[in-house]
Amino acid sequence: MSHALILPILLPLVTGAGQLLLYRLPFGVQRLMGIASTLGLVLLGLWALVIAGSGEYHLYHAGDWPAPFGIVLVLDRLSAIMLALTAVLGFCCLLYASSGTDKRGAHFHALFQFQLAGLNGAFLTGDLFNLFVFFEILLIASYALLLHGGGRARSRAGLHYVIINLVSSALFLIALGTLYGLTGTLNMADLALRVAEAPAEDAPLLAAASLILLVVFGIKAAVLPLLFWLPRAYSASSAPVAALFAIMTKVGIYAILRVFLLVFALGEAPVNATAWGWLWPLALLTLALGGVGVLGSNSLRTLTAYLVILSVGTLLATISLVTPGSLGAALFYLIHSTAMTAVFFLLADLLGRQREAGYDRFSAVGPIGHRWLLGTLFFVAGIAMVGLPPFSGFVSKAWILQASAQEPQGLWLWGVLLAAALLTLIAISRTGSNWFWRPDDMARPYPLERGPLALVFAMVGLNGLLAAFGEPVMGYLELTAEQLLDPQAYIAAVLPQAIASAQEIAP
Amino acid sequence: MELLYAITLGVLTTCGIYLVLRARTFTVILGLTLLSHAVNLYLFASGRLVAGAPAIVGLSERSADPLPQALVLTAIVIGFAMTAFVVVLALKAAVELRNDHVDGENPDEDRA
Repeated sequence: MSHALILPILLPLVTGAGQLLLYRLPFGVQRLMGIASTLGLVLLGLWALVIAGSGEYHLYHAGDWPAPFGIVLVLDRLSAIMLALTAVLGFCCLLYASSGTDKRGAHFHALFQFQLAGLNGAFLTGDLFNLFVFFEILLIASYALLLHGGGRARSRAGLHYVIINLVSSALFLIALGTLYGLTGTLNMADLALRVAEAPAEDAPLLAAASLILLVVFGIKAAVLPLLFWLPRAYSASSAPVAALFAIMTKVGIYAILRVFLLVFALGEAPVNATAWGWLWPLALLTLALGGVGVLGSNSLRTLTAYLVILSVGTLLATISLVTPGSLGAALFYLIHSTAMTAVFFLLADLLGRQREAGYDRFSAVGPIGHRWLLGTLFFVAGIAMVGLPPFSGFVSKAWILQASAQEPQGLWLWGVLLAAALLTLIAISRTGSNWFWRPDDMARPYPLERGPLALVFAMVGLNGLLAAFGEPVMGYLELTAEQLLDPQAYIAAVLPQAIASAQEIAP
Repeated sequence: MELLYAITLGVLTTCGIYLVLRARTFTVILGLTLLSHAVNLYLFASGRLVAGAPAIVGLSERSADPLPQALVLTAIVIGFAMTAFVVVLALKAAVELRNDHVDGENPDEDRA
């Protein structure tokens, strides 16, 4: 058993604790520790991608307790993708924050590390209660990060965000209690077997528990009736924090994938059929609302928050088709949309600081400094966001449309997705022409910070690279989708003895 | 015992949900506390209610399930920390926004 598998959780946790202890040292030390740890996470993420690429499941038994009794960490292709994505995104956000945002409040770097630890733990764990614990770790870090910098808007948004997440934690525990009461286990693989064998009279309770879990993950992911906390929270937080939060909704989507494609997927009448039935119309409505919200936003940050909602709707609608093609396409879109919404949150800050008036509000009309340079950046990023070639948004959307065309209900997705893309295109080009085209050059532009600018350029470039190397990435994602749709292999890896004994009895 | 337990849970949850839906932060926090009590008791009951039995298998004929107790302990600790945090946050918001409404504005005063 290799202990390296727990490093993605331990490294940020220890670094964060160290940063708290060394709080009195010069600020640069904290920054360097944070950047070093996050760079380590990037390397760990790449390593995870490589070792999970073989299709093998890598396990870590905490305390060396055997699987259904102890807590296991499971690394498969999906976990590896999420780990690598979080690490790269975290690295970019931390670099951006190190240009000055991190000094606006206390303990930014320690909180950032705890947030990463919680995220990585949620992506690795193979135990449902442990998932709850890691959710709480990432949430409590995110509460504090959201409030970082202070101010009235943040307190207001923070209160909503904290309260709705506390209620969702209570619901999560209710679902866990129900599942434990019915099956006597919380290990995901074991749970999948027991749910499949559950007697028929338990089916309604199991369906109820699964739908409560769907509500919990829906609050995290921001699905339609549960998304109204998101625009205010995301647009109130500071730019690097909002950019990191781009992965937070994806945690909900990851949890939906993991739980509904593994725990509730087996048996003669799988429990997850009900969940997919609910998810499909809700996701389409979320997507439509995202499109309308993008058009109706009053600032670039709110617009980006609605872009997050739009991406969640697209993802969940594609996922709820549950075919290998649609899952692969959804994962590609997940990577693209996480990166691009993060870019847009950073861009809103970068552009807002160069505007003479109004920061990122659309109502304010005024000149902007460095018009050509920033305008070009916004134009390129806008193309990448909307999903026009040559960026990965185009590849992912084409793949989603292609995958959904094979399904009878896929036409709905075509219509809503393309309409929402059109609305996004209008909103972004309106922003571009209002900010860059109409006003004159600023007489004395504010000094341009080269570091953050180069970083945002690099992130857009990475998005282009993702499209350029689309083929190997797509191959990897197709294999990931196949692995996701084969829960038996996961169970066999986590509980080898259970599968062996089942086969002895079966013939 | 099961009936009494279930009624207690129901009353706690009802009160909790009612209070969470109120407009002022203090009552909302009280509601969250009641809700988390109800949830902790519910988790505890998921291992079935057994009286007078040790939580170790094999010591006597009947044994209580120890795992829900461990789960409840974790949930209590997390719930306690979260309540402390939300109390501080509500105080901060009340000071900064000059009122204790969950939306940050008093609908009767501000729009008058």
